[in-house]
Amino acid sequence: MIDHGADQTADHATGKAEAGTGTETGLPAMRKSVFGQLELDVRLLGMVGAFILIALAFNFFTDGRFVTPRNIFNLTVQTVSVAIMATGMVFVIVTRHIDLSVGAVLAIASAMGAMMQARWLPQIVGLDYGNPMIAPLAILTCLAIGTLIGAFNGWLIGYQGIPAFIVTLGGLLIWRYVGWYVTDGQTIAPLDTTYLVLGGAEGTLGATLSWGVGLLASAFAIYAIWNARQARKTHGFPTKPLWAEMTLGGISVAVILGYIATLNAYDIPTGKLRRMFEARGEVLPDGYTEAYGLPISVIVLIVVAIAMTMLAKKTRLGKYIFATGGNPDAAELSGINTKLLTVKIFALMGFLCGLSAVIASARLASHANDIGTLDELRVIAAAVIGGTALSGGIGTIHGAILGALIMQSLQSGMAMVGVDAPLQNIVVGSVLVFAVWIDIQYRKKLGIKV
Amino acid sequence: MSSNPNTGTPLVELRDISIAFGGVKAVDHVTIDLYPGEVVGLLGHNGAGKSTLIKCLSGAYQKDAGEVFINGEKADIRNTRDARRYNVETIYQTLALADNLDAASNLFLGRELVTPLGFVDEPAMEAETRKIMGRLNPNFQKFKVPVSALSGGQRQSVAIARAVYFNAKILIMDEPTAALGPHETQMVAELIEELKAQGLGIFLIEHDIHNVMRLCDRAMVMKNGQKVGTVNVNEVTDEDILGMIIMGKKPPQAY
Repeated sequence: MIDHGADQTADHATGKAEAGTGTETGLPAMRKSVFGQLELDVRLLGMVGAFILIALAFNFFTDGRFVTPRNIFNLTVQTVSVAIMATGMVFVIVTRHIDLSVGAVLAIASAMGAMMQARWLPQIVGLDYGNPMIAPLAILTCLAIGTLIGAFNGWLIGYQGIPAFIVTLGGLLIWRYVGWYVTDGQTIAPLDTTYLVLGGAEGTLGATLSWGVGLLASAFAIYAIWNARQARKTHGFPTKPLWAEMTLGGISVAVILGYIATLNAYDIPTGKLRRMFEARGEVLPDGYTEAYGLPISVIVLIVVAIAMTMLAKKTRLGKYIFATGGNPDAAELSGINTKLLTVKIFALMGFLCGLSAVIASARLASHANDIGTLDELRVIAAAVIGGTALSGGIGTIHGAILGALIMQSLQSGMAMVGVDAPLQNIVVGSVLVFAVWIDIQYRKKLGIKV
Repeated sequence: MSSNPNTGTPLVELRDISIAFGGVKAVDHVTIDLYPGEVVGLLGHNGAGKSTLIKCLSGAYQKDAGEVFINGEKADIRNTRDARRYNVETIYQTLALADNLDAASNLFLGRELVTPLGFVDEPAMEAETRKIMGRLNPNFQKFKVPVSALSGGQRQSVAIARAVYFNAKILIMDEPTAALGPHETQMVAELIEELKAQGLGIFLIEHDIHNVMRLCDRAMVMKNGQKVGTVNVNEVTDEDILGMIIMGKKPPQAY
């Protein structure tokens, strides 16, 4: 189960006191700590704490330039591509596999998508530049290429029994250079203007729409909490105290609306506004300002995060992924087709690489052959920092996204402070090892075997 | 010379089963049947072939030759899903639990309850799990933790609940008490009695001769993949059975 970290910690926090009575709920509520009653995931709290600490430290060393609407906007836009792939990597690692080819698959998907919109559709099919069909077809190309390569990897691993490490290590060498032949090693630009909307700064919702999305998301968060509580009540299960649920709801709403407010506080630079007005044949009025608001790429990430979380927690496929990761033999004896499951997981990983390819190439407004270089390591690191255990069976989607955010914060923070590039890598590498060490200590302390 | 006290159609008949792994005959022309409401012990040394034989019934292995009849009709069991369709449920020695999942997820693994929209219905699964555990092991309260956090007996009761919940008619238990303390062993023994009374047929793979004498109605002994013989447990002594297991010596009561 994906959120069992929360269950474990909640249980272990109170486990000692309960051992005597042998019940889960028979104790007076007073005996549980405040955190125990909130049933929050201590590991998640730790990561959020680490993230805040990193942000404050960089803010101090950059004289307040780190925690600004502008930097937070850039940070999230830069994180999206790796974060999307990290959600897929969670499933891969949970089932005791690894995917080293994600950066290379992103590169070939991006190459095919770029060739589609800049060469093949205009020159071979004869669609004019700016034709509304170009962007959807290019996006479909990216997604299809990623999914096909992923499914092929999954077939080699599941049905042919080649270890995932080898298959994807081969893929790491193969796919980027297949892309090189597709593009003749050239950088492909310009890309379709509609396509660029998915990149980040070129496609944002503006202040009003962003508030709308924020309110909608808040309503959804509260509904989800309320709905889960009702479901437990109908069956007569113990529920958290009402104040705990309300606190959780309050925190969720505050985070969502706080993030929207921050993005809305970042105004589009005047020069860019003037160009936008000129493009429409208008003149920029004096003193006119406009906020960026929520980038479409971030919305894509949020949709992916919700869909992947639902998949993990609410579907049979998700159950089978975690069961197979926990005990492959048990899964097989329960009638789960673990070979087909492997194909599905890698196809999903490939699909997400294709999606990331769209966002990464749109953000860079071009396809270059080195796009996504070393992304496999960033993606794996994000998933692992986010609490995904390489021994399988454990991992969360939100953890992986937070892991990606922490990695990106470290990198751009150090760049802002002016840390040398070699030292940046040393720090990021050390943080990865340190994070896993902390996690192991934490599990040891709680007596979790996995 | 004694004979099978049961009459009528057997619940299960494994007829002339053979299976080999790379030239080694793990099971060599073995025939055994099982009637409703009885416990048949499968005995023998490690590697005698009893687990392999029974896996041909549970769907984990494919037999090379021989036939399986369930309720007198020929059954085609190619995988564990087929076996479950015939109401054959297995409790494996290793318990076959996903340690990282909670009791409900393990109980329903591969057969999850879903909402009309096709999503896994966790509350309903937890409710059903609470119901059946209330019957099997009323002390069991750890519904929200991964089964890795449970004791051996608690894990065993999850594995048993999984077999019992889905209306098993034929139950295969592979050394169900091997990892348990005396109290928990007693619990399993009582459960076997109860299931027997409900008319289930149980194949019990067991090493402990005392458990065999106490729990089984009949016992079939295997040695080197071959059947030594079957005895009615109330007609023989534990020495007779040990002689069959160790020496492969067939007592006069065996058939």
